[in-house]
Amino acid sequence: MRTIITAEGITKTFDLGEVKVRALRGVDLDIHNGDFVAIMGHSGSGKSTFMNIIGCLDLPSEGMVFIDGEDISKLDKNQLADIRNKQIGFVFQSYNLLPRTTAMENVELPLLYNGNFSASERRALAKEALEKVGLGDRLEHLTNQLSGGQQQRVAIARALVNDPVVILADEPTGNLDTRTSFEIMHIFQELNEQGKTIMLVTHEPDIAEMTKRNIVFKDGRVVEDLTIKNPVNAKKELEKMPPEKDVITQTA
Amino acid sequence: MKFINLFKIALKALRKNVFRTFLTMLGIIIGVASVITMLAIGQGSKDSIEGSISDLGSNLVMVLPGSSDKGGVSLGLGTSKPLDTKAVKDIAANCPSVKWVSPVSGDKAQLVAGSNNWLADVVGGNEDYVNIRSWKIHSGRNFTKVEERRAAKVCLLGKTVVEELFGTYSNPIGKTIRINYVPFKIIGLLEGKGADIMGDDQDDVVIAPFTTVQRRLLGSTKVQMIFASAYSNEVSETAKKEIEAILLKSLRVKKEDEVFSIATMEELTKTLTSASKTLVILLASIAAISLLVGGIGIMNIMYVTVKERTREVGLRMAVGAKGRDILLQFLTEATFISFVGGTIGVLLGMVAAMIFGEYVDDWEIVITPFSILLAFGCSFLVGVFFGWYPARKAANLIPIEALRYE
Ligand SMILES: Nc1ncnc2c1ncn2[C@@H]1O[C@H](COP(=O)(O)OP(=O)(O)OP(=O)(O)O)[C@@H](O)[C@H]1O
Ligand SMILES: [Mg+2]
Repeated sequence: MRTIITAEGITKTFDLGEVKVRALRGVDLDIHNGDFVAIMGHSGSGKSTFMNIIGCLDLPSEGMVFIDGEDISKLDKNQLADIRNKQIGFVFQSYNLLPRTTAMENVELPLLYNGNFSASERRALAKEALEKVGLGDRLEHLTNQLSGGQQQRVAIARALVNDPVVILADEPTGNLDTRTSFEIMHIFQELNEQGKTIMLVTHEPDIAEMTKRNIVFKDGRVVEDLTIKNPVNAKKELEKMPPEKDVITQTA
Repeated sequence: MKFINLFKIALKALRKNVFRTFLTMLGIIIGVASVITMLAIGQGSKDSIEGSISDLGSNLVMVLPGSSDKGGVSLGLGTSKPLDTKAVKDIAANCPSVKWVSPVSGDKAQLVAGSNNWLADVVGGNEDYVNIRSWKIHSGRNFTKVEERRAAKVCLLGKTVVEELFGTYSNPIGKTIRINYVPFKIIGLLEGKGADIMGDDQDDVVIAPFTTVQRRLLGSTKVQMIFASAYSNEVSETAKKEIEAILLKSLRVKKEDEVFSIATMEELTKTLTSASKTLVILLASIAAISLLVGGIGIMNIMYVTVKERTREVGLRMAVGAKGRDILLQFLTEATFISFVGGTIGVLLGMVAAMIFGEYVDDWEIVITPFSILLAFGCSFLVGVFFGWYPARKAANLIPIEALRYE
C-alpha cells in the first residue's frame, strides 16, 4: 500500500521561557493510503501537537514529515498554505465554522482559496460535500441555526470539499453525545470505505474501535500501534440504540 | 485569490457586523465632516475679509498725518504740519502712477430731514472721491468739478442715512436735508456696501464736495487725509513712492520728521489677511483635532476588530489562505469603510457648512478641493493603516497560533 504520510523523528519543544515543554520526543509513523487511524493517549501526551504538525498548522522542532512524498519541512509559508488547502482536510473539536454564515459558504471556503474553481463549480462541489455528510437539506442554514453534530458535519464537508489526500480530525466527537458521535463515525466509515485516508484523535475506546488502526501516545512517544481486525460498524450500533424522539438528522 | 472573491468576503464580513461597521465609519464621517466644515468657514472668512478690503477702494493709497508707527500721534503739535490742498494739486500734477487723488476731511454731523434727525459721518472729497473709494451711484449723480470748486451745497447719501431719514423705499433725490443746520440738496444715492472689516456700517455716510465741507461744516482749511488711487495694484507701491517724494517737496519736510505716513491697500491687505489666516489656522487645528480623535476611533475599532478575528484568520489559514489573502481581505474591508465613510463625511461637511452659511449673515462658505482631499486622505490612511497593521500581524502568525488566540 502507498504511504501517504511519513513522520520521521518528530520532536516538538515548547519554549515557555523558564520551562521547556517537550510535547513530542521523537515520533516515527507511516500512514498508508486508505488507513483509518485513531490516535489515543492521556491528556497532554502530545496527540494534538502531532496532528497539528502533520496538518501543517504547526512546525516540528526536529524531524521530517512527508505528505504524499513531499518533504514539507522544505516548504515556505505559501507552499504550506497550498498543502493545507489541497492535501489536507482538518476537522477541529470546536468545529471552527465562520459565525453567522451559511453551511454552503463555510464549505466553499477552501475552494475560494484554491482559485481554480468558478462560482458555480464551487457551489456544486460544496453541495455535493454537504450531501455526503447528510446535510443536503440544510445548505442555506446559518451555522448558529445548526446543532453541534450538524456543525461538525459541516466542518467535515469543508474538510472533504477539496478532495484532500487525508482528513485529520482532532477529537471530532469530543463535544458530542454518544449517538451524535456514532453518526459522525458512520460518516467517517463511509468516507473511508470510499477510499479516504482518515486520522482522528479520540479519548473514547468505543470510538477507537470503529477505526482500523489504533496508535497510543504517551509522553510524546508512540507506545502502541495496533491493527483492529474487525472494526465496530457505527451504523449497526446506531440501529441498536433506542430511536430518538425528535429526529431531524438522517444519515445518508 | 481573485479580487472579486476578496471583495465579496470583505463585504460579507462587514455586513455581518453592520453596527460596528457603522461605528467605525462614524469616526471617519465626523472627522472628515468637521475638516470640511471648519475649512469652509475659515476659507470663507478669509475671502470675505479680502472682499471687504477691496470694498475700501481699488488700489487705494492713503496719506495720513503723523507717523503710523506711533499710532498716528505725532511728535508734538508744534512739529506737526497739516496736509494741504496744494499738496493734492502737486500729487495730481506730478505722479504718473496716480489715477485719481482727492483731499478728504469730515466729521460726524447732525442731519435733519423734516422731523427726522440722524447722526452720521459727513465726508468731503473732490469729484473723484467716489471713484477712489469704489462707491457706486445707485441713483442720481455725482457732483461735478465745478460744484466742488464753487462749494455747492449738494450731497450724496449712503443707504443707511436714506433709510433713517426717509424710509426704506423712498427716493429723496432733489429734496433738501440740513447738515448742522446748513441746507444741502440731495443729488445722488450711494449703493450699499455693508459693514466694513471692523463691523462698522459703511453706508452710514454722507459725501459732499470737499470745499463745501471745509467751509460750511468744519470751518478749517485743514486737509485731514489724502486718498489716491493707483492705476493698478501692481503700481500701487510706485504710486506710494511718487506721492512720498512729491509730498516731502511740497510740504518742505524731511522724511525723519514723520509728518505724514502713507499706507497702500496692499499693506492693509497683508495685515488683515494674516489676521484671517490666523483664524483659518485656528479652525483648521480644531478640525485636525477632531480628525485625530476620529482617527483614534478608527484605529481602536479596526485594531479590536482584527484582533478579535484572529481565530477567524487562523481558520482561514487552516483551510489554505495565504498571508497575502488575509492582508488583502482586511485591507479591502478597511478601504471600503474609509471610502464610504469619507464620502458620507464630505457630503455631511458640505451640508453643515452650507447651513452655517445660511444662518450667519455675510459669511461666504468656500469648499476647496484641497480640504476635501485633505480630510479624505487623512482618514483613508488612518483607516487603512490600522486595518492593515494588525491584519499583517495576524497573517504572519503560524496558523495554530492564530487558531489558539484568545
Ligand atoms: N502552544 C503551546 N505552548 C506550550 N505548551 C504547549 C502548547 N501546546 C501544547 N503544549 C503542551 O504540550 C503537551 C502536549 O499537548 P497536546 O495538546 O498535544 O496534548 P493532547 O495529547 O492533545 O492532550 P488532550 O488529550 O488533552 O487534548 C502538553 O503538556 C501541553 O501543555
Ligand atoms: Mg488535544
